[in-house]
Amino acid sequence: MIKSHRSLSIALALLCSLLPLTAEAKKLNVVTATTDMAALAQEVGGDRISVESIAKGYQDPHFVEAKPSFLLKLRQADLLIVVGLQLEIGWLPPLITQSGNPRIQVGASGYLDASQFAEILEIPTGVVTRAMGDVHPLGNPHYWLDPDNGRRVARGIAGKLSELDPSDSAYFQQRFEDFDKRLTAAEQKWDAEMAPYRGRKIVTYHNSATNFAKHFHLEVIGYVEPRPGIPPTPSHTFELMALMKRESCKLLLVEPYFDLKTPNSIGAATGAKVVVYLPSVGGEKQVTNYFELFDYDIDLLKKAFQ
Amino acid sequence: MKTKIIAAIGVALCCVPAWSQQGTNAPDANAQNSAALEQRIRELEDRVIALEGKLRTMESAQTAQPQPAQPAATVETGTQAPAQTTVPAPAPSPNEAQTGLATSGGQLPVYGGSSAAAKALNPDVSVIGDFIGAAGGNSAPALATLQPFPSLQMHESEIGLQAIIDPYARGDFFISFGEEGVNLEEGYITFTALPAGFVAKVGKMRSVFGKVNLMHNHVLPWIDRPLVTTNLVGGEDGIDDAGVSIERILPAPKGIFLEATGQLFRGDSADVFTASQRSDVSAVAHLRSYKDITESTNLDIGLSYARGHNDAGVNLLPNPDFVTQLYGIDATLRWKPLRRSIYHSFIARSELIWSQRQELPGEQRAFGFYASGDYQLGRRWFTGGRFDWSDRSRFDNLTDKGAAATLTYWPSEFSQIRGEYRFTKYAENRDSNELLMQLIFSLGAHGAHPF
Repeated sequence: MIKSHRSLSIALALLCSLLPLTAEAKKLNVVTATTDMAALAQEVGGDRISVESIAKGYQDPHFVEAKPSFLLKLRQADLLIVVGLQLEIGWLPPLITQSGNPRIQVGASGYLDASQFAEILEIPTGVVTRAMGDVHPLGNPHYWLDPDNGRRVARGIAGKLSELDPSDSAYFQQRFEDFDKRLTAAEQKWDAEMAPYRGRKIVTYHNSATNFAKHFHLEVIGYVEPRPGIPPTPSHTFELMALMKRESCKLLLVEPYFDLKTPNSIGAATGAKVVVYLPSVGGEKQVTNYFELFDYDIDLLKKAFQ
Repeated sequence: MKTKIIAAIGVALCCVPAWSQQGTNAPDANAQNSAALEQRIRELEDRVIALEGKLRTMESAQTAQPQPAQPAATVETGTQAPAQTTVPAPAPSPNEAQTGLATSGGQLPVYGGSSAAAKALNPDVSVIGDFIGAAGGNSAPALATLQPFPSLQMHESEIGLQAIIDPYARGDFFISFGEEGVNLEEGYITFTALPAGFVAKVGKMRSVFGKVNLMHNHVLPWIDRPLVTTNLVGGEDGIDDAGVSIERILPAPKGIFLEATGQLFRGDSADVFTASQRSDVSAVAHLRSYKDITESTNLDIGLSYARGHNDAGVNLLPNPDFVTQLYGIDATLRWKPLRRSIYHSFIARSELIWSQRQELPGEQRAFGFYASGDYQLGRRWFTGGRFDWSDRSRFDNLTDKGAAATLTYWPSEFSQIRGEYRFTKYAENRDSNELLMQLIFSLGAHGAHPF
């Protein structure tokens, strides 16, 4: 009798020890190009997915090194979520090719270009040449900085996760609805906080804040880069200073991966505040999710405008 | 389908004022109604954006499929690409238009047809120009492998054609136009959807022997190639042959990336391997290990082996089975701080290569290496240095030595100007001091190279 109880206990213990493994094994393995896509995937995927980003939030997403260590992540991925619009064209294609993972090849069921869900701005309508700099012919890829696009992308990711794991479809839908509610409430707060600064003129280093500016009704009047991806030149810097003085622009936003030397010179000459804002989740340690990204940036802007 | 979507968008938008009118006529038109109206507008906006996204996706999907023949009228209207999708395509060329007309009544599908959308089927096309100038003296001895550059030379024009072939493979072609003619530098298909994590390539390709052999001229950190590459591994052409390559990532502990590659070639590569009969194939094996030491620093170490028949016995009867074997070790240390990755970086690189070449009267055992360091001074400026030491594969008692210093300026990502001072001390006790200048410029969409 005692022996049978002991056997039962051992069997139960074994079963219990296996249960977490079973749950772990069921998780969808999601890899994203950037931290923002990872944050949105985590919101809707919850504990049914494991998600990792290739790029860090504080690095320039245009210039990520295609390190072999990323292949270790990609070869195991069930789903690869990319920002798209050629943001990752300089580093992601060889990684996808070398991964040896048929699931995440372009066009396969585990490849998701999130730009299809978002409102895309600055789509060139004329002839596009390199004389325009490192221009994105399909439109501005920094679309996640509009919370409405965040909602749309999250909805699209929830749909894709449901497609890959139909048994958890209701869970992903419920997670999206919860995210939607929290984002709507947060948006009302952010909109109210930014309402006093509607129409304020700003300058950014790179054209990464276009969607952010549209949503919060700010006017981007110029860029430190003379063309996207082209380092600042003295003549352009002088022109920008004159423009900022003429337009009474008092705020210059700089992405965390750019040098502050030229922005500080512009700030000193024009009296504009130079603020390092975060275009991505993880740009600073305390910014760990999509909500905290906007909390952080809006707090910065409020202080700068006051 | 497109018409239906546009109609749906129109209907959806038309609903907004009607709904709004009803809302304002309600007796309790208050803040609650206003919020509901805003919510409704937001929903409709979401639907419009979702439809736009679907439209973009559908158009991408359509252009990713072979296009059936279109009537001439359709060809003309098909050139009106929607403004929000991509760059408006130019009108079809006369040849394209003729293709459309000629096939309008036919039944066979036209792959890469004449509609504007079909242009998306075309591969990414790029051209990279490599212009080199040289000054100073370099009277290379007769037996030296290293040959001096002429004073001014359009060294190479590399045309790249790259595309996804189908859901299972992609294709890459690199055609090199030099002053001596045209050469298919690489042209291969990569099978990306093989089971068990294998990746296979079939075609002509640069072999994975070491680091420099794999590099195209425009991604080298120098104008020339190291002496050891020139003396032992075929120089600029290198081990570049028609064959099959299979690679796979191997399981390894502690986050180490481990990859094994096996390649089988026809056996004709520059002056390294020569196949005089079908069975004279050459083989290359490479084992690569990589580890991120920190997020900014990583170490990349490789072991290489190559074996093939050489030309020593080609004109002898009976034809002796002379073989050349190459062994290599390469190590690369990279540092690039992520927050300032576009401004500063450092790469230290070295390759050690041993060559065993069978010939009469006896085997030649040669050794060579280079060690280099390249530092990025700022967003546009790079500097570097390299030390060379190498025996010659056919005369292992002759050793050449050299050193080089480079300074590179990048006006943009798509062009670079480089100067290099090169000192070479030939085994025959002859010295050369040269100043090399290079201008590289890139047109079109050249795909990223593997890390």
